[in-house]
Amino acid sequence: MSDHRQGYIRPLDLKNGRVEMAHGAGGRAMAQLIEALFIKHLANDYLAQGDDGALLESLTGQGRLVMATDCHVVSPLFFPGGDIGSLSVHGTINDVAVMGAKPLYLAAGFILEEGFPLGDLARIVESMAQAAKNAGVPMVTGDTKVVERGKGDGVFITTTGVGIVAPGDELSGRNAQAGDAILLSGTLGDHGMAIMAERESLGFESPIISDSAALHGLIAVMRDSGARLHVLRDPTRGGLATTLNEIARQSGVGMLLQESAIPVKPAVAAACEFLGFDPLYVANEGKLLAICPAADAPLLLAAMRAHPLGTDAAIIGEVQADPHAFVQMRTCLGGRRMVDWLSGEQLPRIC
Amino acid sequence: MCLAIPAQVIELREGDKALVELSGVKKEISLALVDHVAVGDYVIVHVGYALNKLDPEEAAKTLQLFAELGAAGDSDNLLH
Amino acid sequence: MKYISEFRDGDVAQRLSEAIHRETRPERAYHFMEFCGGHTHAISRYGLTDLLPSNVKMIHGPGCPVCVLPIGRVDQAIRLALEEEVILCTYGDCLRVPASNGLSLMKAKAQGGDIRMVYSSTDAVTLAQKNPDKHVVFFAIGFETTTPPTAVALKQAAMLGLKNFSVLCCHVLTPPAMTAILDAPEKIAIDGFVGPAHVSTIIGSRPYEIFADQYGKPVVIAGFEPLDVMQAIRMLIHQVNEGRSEVENEFTRAVDRDGNRKAQGIVAEVLELRDEFEWRGLGTLAHSALKIRDEFAEFDAEKRFDIAYVAVADHKACECGTILRGLKQPQECKLFGTVCTPENPIGSCMVSSEGACAAHFTYGRLKDV
Repeated sequence: MSDHRQGYIRPLDLKNGRVEMAHGAGGRAMAQLIEALFIKHLANDYLAQGDDGALLESLTGQGRLVMATDCHVVSPLFFPGGDIGSLSVHGTINDVAVMGAKPLYLAAGFILEEGFPLGDLARIVESMAQAAKNAGVPMVTGDTKVVERGKGDGVFITTTGVGIVAPGDELSGRNAQAGDAILLSGTLGDHGMAIMAERESLGFESPIISDSAALHGLIAVMRDSGARLHVLRDPTRGGLATTLNEIARQSGVGMLLQESAIPVKPAVAAACEFLGFDPLYVANEGKLLAICPAADAPLLLAAMRAHPLGTDAAIIGEVQADPHAFVQMRTCLGGRRMVDWLSGEQLPRIC
Repeated sequence: MCLAIPAQVIELREGDKALVELSGVKKEISLALVDHVAVGDYVIVHVGYALNKLDPEEAAKTLQLFAELGAAGDSDNLLH
Repeated sequence: MKYISEFRDGDVAQRLSEAIHRETRPERAYHFMEFCGGHTHAISRYGLTDLLPSNVKMIHGPGCPVCVLPIGRVDQAIRLALEEEVILCTYGDCLRVPASNGLSLMKAKAQGGDIRMVYSSTDAVTLAQKNPDKHVVFFAIGFETTTPPTAVALKQAAMLGLKNFSVLCCHVLTPPAMTAILDAPEKIAIDGFVGPAHVSTIIGSRPYEIFADQYGKPVVIAGFEPLDVMQAIRMLIHQVNEGRSEVENEFTRAVDRDGNRKAQGIVAEVLELRDEFEWRGLGTLAHSALKIRDEFAEFDAEKRFDIAYVAVADHKACECGTILRGLKQPQECKLFGTVCTPENPIGSCMVSSEGACAAHFTYGRLKDV
């Protein structure tokens, strides 16, 4: 009953089933689609690694190649703190960087909808260029296609990134160990709620700004601190809860979080209250999860807090031995609850 | 069963609407179900409507009750 | 967050927990039903049972409008979307409720139904104004808290003279459900009720007096926050210890005896009692739900469209019925956690985040192992 696989005993209905929004939400339904369709058919050792990027072969003694790819379908295209362009650059840089690699090159594919204003496209491309320049990672190749009006949501972008990880620096979700500390680089839910607030149908005004950012600078500082890093990951779609469950499953461990230690901005908390969302499941685009030996936690925390992208960093819990790989939390009231995988999508609720 | 939250009225708008605020997040809601709402009042908001006003004095009394907990014999201090 | 954070204070919770431990009599058990799904959710999400002594047991009641919505009603909504090709507006909670033919509103949307999630009933009216060439139906579910917003939307539609708007009215009432629990042939031990928070802001505390006076069951109306729930449980323990059965109000900051008269009046203008209505798990109950008055018949989806209600039985092994009546716990259902999970819900108790099964699966199943 504890194994996540029990969550999808019903196999994918390839004959009559259809793609649903839940398949893109980052939770169990998406995990099942990936495993039952993509990993099954494309089967190879690299895909089976299960991390955000693939760790490939060694390159003439320089270290191993890392490759990651990301699709961006965010709506609205422009939001406080960024746009689909900067988001796509940051997202892929981060996927490569959390593998322990130095991001080297980016590629981007654009699917444009007929009728999309060129002025908006220019804004997006300028934003991508600026993000890539600030990060020091060039966009070296790309492709563009146009689909008829009505067949695309303005712009879809796919970005791919490659990097190199020095021998011994490889990171993976498989390396969390019982007794390790769990650290978070800052406040949860900023990106997801900034997007929600822009959705006209919900009619919110809010001061929330997306945290979209390239994290490789922060990661470099964390590496240089001398703390041993076991796992690094950025909690994007599906939120912190989903990322922790993925790592727990990969490493075969459990986790215990302290709710009172988890930083959330008041406006984000308020927006979540209005909609009935749990900040633990809301997407982040500029935050890091780090798992390290407990003894190294204070050192790592100090290094993170000294960096502009880690000023609100906190130790939020610890890794435990647990055959069920449960992620648990001690609530602000002192009781215990599970922090389970995301089911379906988070939807605004009345109840 | 009903997700409702207390928010403060910061602006009254025509058409029986108001702008409410909770920790910096603002939303326009309907006042069709309540009377005599003034700027500064707190209302309980559910699916875009104010259901009722929140009584700050009663809220303070409830919190005071909690604050007195821990003193011996506090089982006498009951809300009726 | 004002009026929220203060009611989630961990130190106060510890002190309340200690007080409750002191005040319970060790030689007896206390069984309280929290009627409202929002309270079920709060108890699970904050791990409140860890703060209660083991002889205080919480029984989850049927106050979850998604959980008590029968399959046949979701079928009506799906037919409107797929066969009548309306724009079907619904609150987010309903989207994943499993209905007939392996469908849910979510799956019907994937099949091409124009199904849109709305945050508020007014959004549905606005959609009708903006889409004069399509018919918009609002799928109205909920207990007494959510009913007044539907009534306002209906009045608005009438005032605007909209020809392309109607409501599928599935609003249900709290006191008849509580009565059904207490009148059930299989007796469950209930020593008192934690009364709903926001339903009570609308209906007031008066409707619960019958349960205290005639059935001898204490009722304490509790606010939505965890400290409210704990204090209400504490008040119930006192009543039981002292042999009292009264209606008490912990949520005085938002509830009084009369409730919101204005809201009640608006509802009465537009809606009236149905003779009977089928509830998932509780069977068919008399005078337990609302329908649209004849004067507003043009806004009644059941009159404008040929979608007569057809009762559909639950899955044979699904225990939603017994769980909703507090007779069984989620873990006692053979399907729980194996075939029936939030990803593949068999019954609606697993769909809604405040359904007993979903709440236990998502927050509490670590205690089963």
